[in-house]
Amino acid sequence: MDFVIDNIIIPLIKIGIVFGVLSGVVALMTLAERKVAAFIQVRLGPMRVGPHGILQPLADGVKLMLKEDILPAKADRWIFTLAPIIALVPAFIVFAVIPFGSTFNLFGKTIALRITDLNIGLLYVLSISSIGILGIILGGWASNSKYPLMGALRSAAQMVSYEVALGFSIMGVLMISGSLSLVEIVNKQKEFGWWFVFLQPLGFILFFVCGIAETNRAPFDLPEAESELVAGFHTEYSGFRFSLYFLAEYANMIAVSAMAVTLFFGGWLRPFPNVALPGFLGLLDAPLMGPVWFAIKVAIFLYCYLWFRWTWPRYRYDQLMKIGWQWLLPLAIANLVATAAIVLLFVRKG
Amino acid sequence: MAQAETLFDASELTVSMGPQHPSTHGVLQVKLKLDGERVLDAECVIGYLHRGVEKLGEVQTYGQFVPTLDRMDYIAAVSNCLGYCETIEKLLGVTAPPRAQYIRLIMTELNRITSHLLWLGTHAIDLGAITTFLYCFREREEILKIFENYCGARLTTHMFRIGGTQYELYEGFQDQVRTFIQDFPKKVDEYETLLTENRIWLDRTKNVGIISAKDAIDLGLTGPSLRGSGVQWDLRKAKPYCVYSEFDFDIPVGEVGDTYDRYLVRMEEMRQSARIVSQAIDKIPDGPLMAKMSKIIKPPVGDIYHSIESPKGELGYYIVSDGSTMAYRARVRPPSFVNLQSLKKMVAGHMVADVVAVIGTLDIVLGEIDR
Repeated sequence: MDFVIDNIIIPLIKIGIVFGVLSGVVALMTLAERKVAAFIQVRLGPMRVGPHGILQPLADGVKLMLKEDILPAKADRWIFTLAPIIALVPAFIVFAVIPFGSTFNLFGKTIALRITDLNIGLLYVLSISSIGILGIILGGWASNSKYPLMGALRSAAQMVSYEVALGFSIMGVLMISGSLSLVEIVNKQKEFGWWFVFLQPLGFILFFVCGIAETNRAPFDLPEAESELVAGFHTEYSGFRFSLYFLAEYANMIAVSAMAVTLFFGGWLRPFPNVALPGFLGLLDAPLMGPVWFAIKVAIFLYCYLWFRWTWPRYRYDQLMKIGWQWLLPLAIANLVATAAIVLLFVRKG
Repeated sequence: MAQAETLFDASELTVSMGPQHPSTHGVLQVKLKLDGERVLDAECVIGYLHRGVEKLGEVQTYGQFVPTLDRMDYIAAVSNCLGYCETIEKLLGVTAPPRAQYIRLIMTELNRITSHLLWLGTHAIDLGAITTFLYCFREREEILKIFENYCGARLTTHMFRIGGTQYELYEGFQDQVRTFIQDFPKKVDEYETLLTENRIWLDRTKNVGIISAKDAIDLGLTGPSLRGSGVQWDLRKAKPYCVYSEFDFDIPVGEVGDTYDRYLVRMEEMRQSARIVSQAIDKIPDGPLMAKMSKIIKPPVGDIYHSIESPKGELGYYIVSDGSTMAYRARVRPPSFVNLQSLKKMVAGHMVADVVAVIGTLDIVLGEIDR
């Protein structure tokens, strides 16, 4: 019986909670996008559906479901249908390894606030997140139309170049922590007493820039660049299929933010994790506060995403490539070499 | 080249940008020949908004034709109106009274600001900076409110009449304009904070769509598109009309003739327009609004060409009169139409994304191109 509870029921509950919360956050993000945009643009944003437009995501969802789902006559039927799913699913399953908090005891059971602690968590995230791009490429290709094709090709080029720099940028964290497990990486940050962003500032900046490019967000939103390519890879998509792409974009944003928080900002740790807090402030260290800290940090990142989108113009395709190969990649490698030297000289010595 | 088997076998991709496309500013169709992302050739197809405005000028009386002209460059309807009214006045040999001239000047300059604001907003949106658009429209709204208070309409205003203006200024007009003009330079600074020194904006606009001064003159470019190339040619100074000669203002010019220079020129022009209005608003003379002229307009036989500096460039009217109440021929020289010619030269060898940048920087209005 214990085996069933430990290995089936508890994980299922966790998966249910994570999936539910994530879906809710994705829906809220679509509202937040509009509200933040409105805030930046000196207007109100959605106000009609529910108080302050809080139910807008529901209305949007219903609208998208009821829309006619157009399948272009010359599209590749199967791939056209499959592509949005391929785009959405990886964005969600990345969260299988992301730790939201430490452990706590409930009814004599030790429950870890994560779905699983994979010892190759980091590799898993990297590999899964590069599947999502297939959805975009296939979607653009299967539409059999010119603008989506160009969007898909842009996307392919962008992903390939930025994936490399992204991989290199987190190498530093890997060296310092000496582990691929995300839980271990967070624990190491507690051990050091410093979030890794202070040890790897350049690594973090590179990671975040590449992350924005990976999620196709402004100023790197070339694959969908509405002013050039109409709507890029999803020009031919409508209704429910479109909404999957739409959700995938936000889910990816959350995934990249969660990764940034875990790798560089101490995951569920509070600021200054090793400084003891006096009196009742000690409650801030309670295991259940972990997810709260985590959520706050992720929210800050998500706000940055929206902030960038509504402030900056968009890069051009060749400039994007130039930045990727000429700046980000060399910097990431330089950062890697410097970190390796420092780790070798000072840390491993003793 | 041989007909390729499928879309994907072709080494050259023909993309039809428009007539329904978010950033062709109306119903312009650009047939692009692409090699990957690089533009090999661009051909403009126009005529989707053709309403036969010039022909209408031959079947409507001189007075009736004025509101039709508002529908040409609907962003700068006041300029269209001013140009035409002045042309007919010249043909008739009458001059509008000073008070009417001042009202015309203030309205036209305010309209220049709205036109440039709309240009800035849409140009920025084309390059991905969406927020600027909302900021521009916030200020544009203030001017449109002034228009609405003055004549009841916001866009197609039919502001002036041949021989002067019809409406007296409303109470509080001067205060409303003064308040706006005082705040406005600060607002322009605000837009510049977002764009002028933005790294991405510089990358996207510098050295994009360069046109030399010689090419610009050869192609007949006028307005900010010409001044961006460093040619100091503005009809307000070169061939003063209305009462422009009474005011101090500068003609900003660019150096290189790229998209960025044209951007800077237009930004400065907005400031200069505000300067003109602030000078004019304090000394509007008293007096009649309409010149003395007969109710039925029958110009003498003859022809005339008169042009003004509209926000987009030289807006000229060529009217042939046969002595009747309707023009024998009413021809318009629209700045957008002529400026659009340079698109092909500007985009050659650039990327797809630059095409929208160049369309934006030319500041075209299809209503004026197709007429």
